[in-house]
Amino acid sequence: MPHSLSPVEFRVPPVCAVALETRAADLATRSLKKQAKLQGLRLAIAMMDLTTLEGMDSPGKVRQLCQKAMRPLPQRSDVPSCAAVCVYPDLVETAVEALRGSTVQVASVATGFPAGRTDRATKLREVQLAVAAGATEIDMVIDRGAFLSGRYGKVYDEICAVKEACGAAHLKVILETGELKTYDNIRRACRIALLAGGDFLKTSTGKVTPASTLPVVLLMLEAARDHYLETGRIVGVKAAGGIRTSKDALRYLVLVNETCGDLWMTPQWFRFGASSLLNDVLLQLEKDRTGRYQRPVDFSAD
Amino acid sequence: MAKNGEKQQATGTPELVFGGVWKYDPAPESTEHFTIAPRYELFVGGEWKAPKTGKYFATIDPATEKPLSEVALAGDKDVDAAVKAAQKAFPAWSKLSGEDRGRYLFRIARILLERAREFACLETLDNGKPIKETRDVDVPLAAQHFFYHAGWADKLDLLFPGQTPEPLGVIGQVIPWNFPLLMAAWKIAPALAAGNCVVLKPAETSPLTALRLCEVFQQAGLPAGVVNIITGDGKTGAALVRHPGLAKVAFTGSTEVGKEIQRAVAGRGIELTLELGGKAAHLVFEDAAIDQAVEGVVRGIFFNQGHVCCAGSRLLVQESVHDLFVQKLQRRMARIRVGNPMDKNTDMGAIHSAAQLARIRELVAAGVEGGANLHQSACELPKKGFWFPPSLFTEVAMSHRIAREEVFGPVLAVLTFRTPEEAVEKANNTSYGLSAGIWTDKGARILWLAERMKAGVVWNNTYNRFDAASPFGGYKESGFGREGGRQGLRAYVRLAGGLLPG
Amino acid sequence: MAKDPAPISFIQDVARGRVSSARLRRRHRCGTVSAMPVPVPKTYKLFVGGKFPRSESGRSFQPTSNPAINVARGSRKDLRDAVVAARAGLAVWSGSAAYLRGQILYRLAEMLESRRDAMQRELQLGGLSAPLAKRELDTAISLTIWYAGLCDKVQSLLGSQNAVQGPFFNFSMVEPTGVVGVIAPDSPSLVGVLALTLPLLAGGNSAVVLVSESAPFAGLALGEVCASSDVPAGAINVLSGLRSELAPQFASHRDLDGLLVAGAPDAALTQSAADNCKRVRFCYLSAADWSKVERLRSLTWVEPFVELKTLWHPVAQ
Repeated sequence: MPHSLSPVEFRVPPVCAVALETRAADLATRSLKKQAKLQGLRLAIAMMDLTTLEGMDSPGKVRQLCQKAMRPLPQRSDVPSCAAVCVYPDLVETAVEALRGSTVQVASVATGFPAGRTDRATKLREVQLAVAAGATEIDMVIDRGAFLSGRYGKVYDEICAVKEACGAAHLKVILETGELKTYDNIRRACRIALLAGGDFLKTSTGKVTPASTLPVVLLMLEAARDHYLETGRIVGVKAAGGIRTSKDALRYLVLVNETCGDLWMTPQWFRFGASSLLNDVLLQLEKDRTGRYQRPVDFSAD
Repeated sequence: MAKNGEKQQATGTPELVFGGVWKYDPAPESTEHFTIAPRYELFVGGEWKAPKTGKYFATIDPATEKPLSEVALAGDKDVDAAVKAAQKAFPAWSKLSGEDRGRYLFRIARILLERAREFACLETLDNGKPIKETRDVDVPLAAQHFFYHAGWADKLDLLFPGQTPEPLGVIGQVIPWNFPLLMAAWKIAPALAAGNCVVLKPAETSPLTALRLCEVFQQAGLPAGVVNIITGDGKTGAALVRHPGLAKVAFTGSTEVGKEIQRAVAGRGIELTLELGGKAAHLVFEDAAIDQAVEGVVRGIFFNQGHVCCAGSRLLVQESVHDLFVQKLQRRMARIRVGNPMDKNTDMGAIHSAAQLARIRELVAAGVEGGANLHQSACELPKKGFWFPPSLFTEVAMSHRIAREEVFGPVLAVLTFRTPEEAVEKANNTSYGLSAGIWTDKGARILWLAERMKAGVVWNNTYNRFDAASPFGGYKESGFGREGGRQGLRAYVRLAGGLLPG
Repeated sequence: MAKDPAPISFIQDVARGRVSSARLRRRHRCGTVSAMPVPVPKTYKLFVGGKFPRSESGRSFQPTSNPAINVARGSRKDLRDAVVAARAGLAVWSGSAAYLRGQILYRLAEMLESRRDAMQRELQLGGLSAPLAKRELDTAISLTIWYAGLCDKVQSLLGSQNAVQGPFFNFSMVEPTGVVGVIAPDSPSLVGVLALTLPLLAGGNSAVVLVSESAPFAGLALGEVCASSDVPAGAINVLSGLRSELAPQFASHRDLDGLLVAGAPDAALTQSAADNCKRVRFCYLSAADWSKVERLRSLTWVEPFVELKTLWHPVAQ
């Protein structure tokens, strides 16, 4: 485990909010036609962490979700499977069982998701259990209380500890950008997560509004890009929460494509955390295949 | 695909890779919704009139070099007829109530927005600038200028309390090719709001949107002769500014021509406003929001292919971040999509004309010869048309031509500074004074610097922003007078007891 | 050629401005002034950078209103020196708080008031009768006070905050144009200088003034008043000389940012001034207008020689 860093190492360049938002809005005007659109939509599916994180989740629902993740449109072989299914720790086993033999990964939220308001030992124990149950990806939440009170070292140490507990599992660090509020905070949180060894920067739990936004993801992509150029280590980015339409997904992909480039244009290094997005993408793909506008009722809910 | 990253690591210095995975299909804006007439006459006295010269000249699409249409070449007699038409319209127009003048302007603004797509497409075809910009900047801003000034027409008494503002008479206006529609709006709207009549000459190489604007005037029912638009070349412009019937000349264009016009109107006691060239300094401090500063610099110099009088063409970077900043800038420049201006994903379109391309090439060659280091984006340029890649010079000396002369193209000269004082000194070391940009996170320093910039517009942590409510115009040899805002109207009214213009 | 000392009554008369220039000349010429100390006539020198140099050319001229007096005849190089001084003065003057500039101009009015007798004498040397000289002085003081009070209002009157689209704070502020050349009218010799120069000073500019050719005395004496009014060196520079010789030099000087000329628009001057896009204005008033103080107080006279600078600043957390 790396030693604790001093606050000076968490220093980051300031972020000019208006200019950042301007750039994100500019990229959002990209017009994607024909092949580019189809390819983008398929890639979006392949990058999707199909997610269910509700108190009322049941093994049955998770199994259905896994089916959907493996074969989003059973009648169409050219539609790829999703990247992962993302569940609470107690449903990891169910998901692992359901996905056996597929390429779809099992991701588990952990560390007192979504608020993270519990002691470190409990958080680490939760991570260990999820990994033991077969999760290959862990989505942790950072300690926003510590972050917002300026105890950056504590945030850093905790990510390091969770990373260690993950073992071989990939660690996604949820910054919960909706609670960090400012871009400067988000940029600093990125820095902390990058230095602490996180494998992914993830925007949100999906439980806080605003969740993922284009400027926030642009900022995280820039942080990941700069970290790669500095250290040679690629860290992924996951946009989660609030992404519901194909148009949204394509806009995020444009950000990736024009900020970080080809290295990130893969499910390994860019993900969407979403639940309702998949059906809208499928609807668009069918529309493009058939030339007819589709209706939601023709696509399975889970 | 995981191998991608590892491969990079294995070869040493990490570098980004672009364009191999996801290519955008062409996304051209369609043009089926409007037509371009094969020939345009002069718009004089509310009617289309053939030029007395009997001559026409072609206007081309700079992206393809294909002719779009031909327009009339106005000679001295046509200029005279246009001024007379404006003089004839003036008594009634100037006596119309401010409210009614405003209503015409409001209608023009509305119709312009109704026909926004047609204007955007036509502007892109005739000018070469990307459809993204005409759609999001040129046309909406042009409409805003009419809307903004419409509201002033019946409020001039509030603008000059205790005084009686009078219209001047017939205004001769000559505009450049870089923002053909927007410049026409900047010139016509305040003139009309204040009760003046106008004879406007669009640039020789980009006349089509101004001519189409005449259709809007007709649709809006603007009285005949209030605005007259005459196309032609430099001689037409010269004849216009020399016409004795004018009460004011408003010119946007090069400093060289601006000075000629100042000489031409000398001693006639008529008003003159000049909006001329620039060589703006764009300052980046080490504490700046660096990625956004890169965006600002890109917007500053590559917006409209750098055909912008206020382009941030001299980048002054604090020495401590020079290397990092230039690296980031070069990576970002490689992402600029150069190509078909009608494609909605194009960031940078065609150079406007063969002449302008030659001028850019000449100055870039001078830069290379002077020992500066040229970096150009490796983009594929179309075979036909006029094109120049996004370009950047490092190792530039203040004495280099590329650091002193207006290139009016996508060419950035990078210089360094160490202290704020040095930055100010270098920024102001030019005969121009139109605009400046400042990127620093420190509020007090922004104002300290902004106070010291000898420039009419200072963009702090942003660049190339425009608004009808924001006065625009330069210091020193970038001209005099302002356009836009409360102060822009001042140049279109006469107040009793003022000093006489030169 | 020895002269008799003048009687005290005559000196007093001179001081009170009761002696016509013709009589004064006669006295001097005939050497009949006796029974009093030898008078100490003033040398009329330029006022440049807070100092009183002679013309570098060593030349002088005899103004038509009073040919007995030699006045420094400024040259092209004197103008050059004055512009250098004015450039330095601009930094200090425009860098001072507007409130301070107002106080300094008010001090100028105070000094005019306290030197009434001397100033009146200078006006009379320029050919005015005592009542007319007094009237001109009244106008001069009134005008100075009006502009003194204007200094710290210019920004509010001509600047603005602008309601632009998007998350931006946008405002326009006024700044001086820079160093402005003034060709003052031949008459009135004092008010002419002040009426053209005070609007420039109120806007924060520094000035190089060419005073009346036929009656340069009061204009040159204004330099002395400035020197005792905390006006920073170089903010106002006063030259005397031949208008026909110097006006074209003003117009062509590339380091003058503006030119304000008394008289009808002059094409040749503007054409020459266009070389560096000088802001050029002409002040063409009738004799009657020149005597009306309310005609000479105007914000519109400030406007042509200030520049508007518009600042954009993003608004965000």
